[in-house]
Amino acid sequence: MVGKSMGSPNTDTPERWAVEITPHRRIFSVPVGEIFRYRDLIYLFVRRDFVANYKQTVLGPVWFVIQPILTTVMMVFVFGKIAKLSTDGIPQVLFYLGGVTLWGYFASSFNKTATTFQSNAKLFGKVYFPRLVAPISVAISSLITLAIQFGLFLAFFAYFWHNGKVEPNATVFLFPLLILDLAMIALGMGLLFSALTTKYRDLVNLLAFGTQLLMYATPIVYPMSTLSEKYAWIISANPITGVIETFRFGFMGAGDFSWGMLGYSTGVASLVFLLGMIVFNKVEATFMDTV
Amino acid sequence: MIAVQIENLWKEYRLGVIGRGSLAQDFQSLLCRLRGKEDPNSEIDIMGGGTTERVQNKRFFALRGVDLEIEQGDIVGIVGKNGAGKSTLLKILSQITKPTKGVIRASGRTASLLEVGTGFHPELTGRENIYLNGAILGMTRREVRSKFDAIVDFSGVGTFVDTPVKRYSSGMYVRLAFAVAAHLDPEILIVDEVLAVGDAEFQERCLGKMKEVSEEGRTVIFVSHQMNAIESLCTKGVIMEEGRVSYQTDDIRSLIRRYLVGDVEELDGVTLWTNDKGVCQSPYFTPNSFGLYLANGEQAPFVVRNDEDLEVRIEFEVKMEDPALCIGFAVYDEDGRKVFLTCETDAQDGKPERVRAGRHVSRTIIPRHYLNEGLYTVKMAASLVNRMWLINLYEEDVDFRFRIQGGLSHSAYWTKKRDGVTAPVWDWQLEKLGE
Repeated sequence: MVGKSMGSPNTDTPERWAVEITPHRRIFSVPVGEIFRYRDLIYLFVRRDFVANYKQTVLGPVWFVIQPILTTVMMVFVFGKIAKLSTDGIPQVLFYLGGVTLWGYFASSFNKTATTFQSNAKLFGKVYFPRLVAPISVAISSLITLAIQFGLFLAFFAYFWHNGKVEPNATVFLFPLLILDLAMIALGMGLLFSALTTKYRDLVNLLAFGTQLLMYATPIVYPMSTLSEKYAWIISANPITGVIETFRFGFMGAGDFSWGMLGYSTGVASLVFLLGMIVFNKVEATFMDTV
Repeated sequence: MIAVQIENLWKEYRLGVIGRGSLAQDFQSLLCRLRGKEDPNSEIDIMGGGTTERVQNKRFFALRGVDLEIEQGDIVGIVGKNGAGKSTLLKILSQITKPTKGVIRASGRTASLLEVGTGFHPELTGRENIYLNGAILGMTRREVRSKFDAIVDFSGVGTFVDTPVKRYSSGMYVRLAFAVAAHLDPEILIVDEVLAVGDAEFQERCLGKMKEVSEEGRTVIFVSHQMNAIESLCTKGVIMEEGRVSYQTDDIRSLIRRYLVGDVEELDGVTLWTNDKGVCQSPYFTPNSFGLYLANGEQAPFVVRNDEDLEVRIEFEVKMEDPALCIGFAVYDEDGRKVFLTCETDAQDGKPERVRAGRHVSRTIIPRHYLNEGLYTVKMAASLVNRMWLINLYEEDVDFRFRIQGGLSHSAYWTKKRDGVTAPVWDWQLEKLGE
C-alpha cells in the first residue's frame, strides 16, 4: 500500500479498535455510553417533535391543555351525567381529569414507541445512531406533555382541596414511582410491539383500537369499588390498575390501595420493560433487512 | 496504520421472506400447508429455479467473503456493477445492518453519508435543520455551533437560514444538506454517490472538500459510478464483483481501465454484440445487434488500422413509435475516458428522420485518422429523452471493443503513438510568402 502510513506515530503500537462490527450481539446490552454521547440528538428530536407539531397552528402548545379538558368534559357528561357511574365520592371533574392525564401519557408513549421502526424507517436505513435514541426521545417528549397536563390537574386539585372536597395523604409521594411504572409498561410494550410490527404490519391496525379497549380494561372512567368480586380480578390483573388506584388514593383519598397491588404493578412493569429491551435489541440488528 | 480492517465478511438475505408482512398471510400459508394445498404466498423464484453460486436454498449472498484493509489517510474508491455488493458493504460499514459472518474493525469514529439531508424536517428552518442533521450524523450541538458559520457559508443559503426548508429550492436544500455533512470530521468517512447532486460548480467544491478531509489524515471510503470523481479523488481503488473484492490497486487509472474495459488479455472478442440475453425488450426499442464494420461492409476484426473508416451499425426493432426515442453510442478509451458520445438524432442538416415502427439499421462512420492507437470500448445507449433510459449508458454493458494499431499517418516523422485522447490528421496549408 501507499507509503502514507509510514509517518503515522502509532505504527508500532498494537492497534486498538474503536469500532468492531460483528454479527453477534449479547442478548441484553444497552449501549449506555453511546446513548449518552448522542444526548444532543435526543434533545433535538424532542425539540423537533414539539416545534414541528405547533408550527403554523394558531393555538400552538395550548392544544396540550385543550385536549384533556375537552375529554374530561365529555366524560363528565357521558359517564357521569348520563351513565351515572360512581366516582367514589370524588368530584367528577377531578376524577376524570386525573384518569385522562395518566392514561394520555401511557397511550401516547406506548403508541409512539410502538411505531418507532415504521416512522423512522427512512432514517434508520440511511444513518446509524443507537436506535434506542428514538424511543427514548419519544418517552421524554411524552413526559413533558405529561408535566404540562399534570400542572392542569394540580390547578383543579388545588381548587378542590382548598374547598375541602378532597383530602390527599402521604401516598401522594409515591407519584414518581407511579410514573416510572407507567413509563416502563408503555416503553416495554411499545418496544415489543415495534419489534413485532417489523414483521407483522397488521399489528399497527390493532394498536389504535387496542389502546382504546385497554382503557376500558383499566379503571379510568370507573373506580375499582364498583366492580363485583367476579370481575374485579380480571381488571386487577392489568398492571396499570394498581397505578391508577394508587394515584387516586394518594391525591383524592378514595380507591383501593394496597402495597401488594402496587408491588405487582411494579414487578410486571419491570418485566415488560426488560423483555421489550431484549426483543428490541435483537430486532434492531437486522430490522433493515425485513422492512 | 490500518484504519479499517474487513475480514471474511458475508451477508445473506433470505429470498421471499422479505415481502411477507402480514400475520394473516402467515396463517393462510399455515392453513394451506395443513390441508395439503399449495401455499399461495410462496415466494416467486426470481432466479428461474436455478441455483447459482450466489443464490442457494433461497438464500442470496450479497457479500461472499470480503477481505479488505484500508490504510489511514487513504481515499478508497469502490466501483462495481449494480448488485455487486457495494451498497451492502456500505450498509454494514455504516452499522445500518449486521453482517451474517465476519468482522469489521475500525480504528476511529466513523460517519457515513449514504444520502444527503437524512432526517431533514420540512417544517424546521435551515438553522434548526443544521443542528438536527448534524446531531443525526453524530455531531454534538457544540461541534455544530462551532462550525455553523462555515456550514452556512459553504451552502450559500445565506439569509434564508431562518426560513423553513420546505420553502427552499431543491438546489438550496441539497446544498445545505451536503454542507452539514461536509463539516463532519470523523476519522473515517463513508460516502455513497452523494456527489451526484448539485450543479457542476458545487460538485467541484464537494470534491475539494473531500480531498481536504483526507489531507488531514482521515480515511475516506467512496462509492461512485462517476469515474472522473474516482480518478481525481481516490488514492486506492477496489473493484467489487458478485459480492467479492475482485481487484484492488493503488493505481487508479489501471483500476478504471480494468473496470470499464475488463481484463485486457481476455479481450480477443469480436467486434459485434448481439442481443442473446434479451437486453432491453422495450416496445419502444429493442436492439438486435451492435457492431463495427469496415468500408467494404465486412465485420471488422478486433485489430483495425487508423487509416480505415469504421462504420458502427445498430440493428433494432421498434414496436411503438415515440418521438423522444434517442439512440446512440459512446466511445471510451482504455483509461476509461469518454472520447465522445454520438446520437442518431444528431443529424447535421435539418430535422433527423423520425424512427417509425419496424426493423431498422442505423449507421454512422467513425472517420479515419480521428481516434488514436489503443483499445476502445463502444457502448450503446438508448433513451426516451428527458423521460427514461432504455439502455443506461452508465450501468448497462451493451458494448463491443476493438483495438486500433498502425495507420496513424503517412508522415515519416509520425510513426508511433502520440499522447492525446485523439490523434487527428489534419490538412496543413503551406504557402510561400513573397520576398
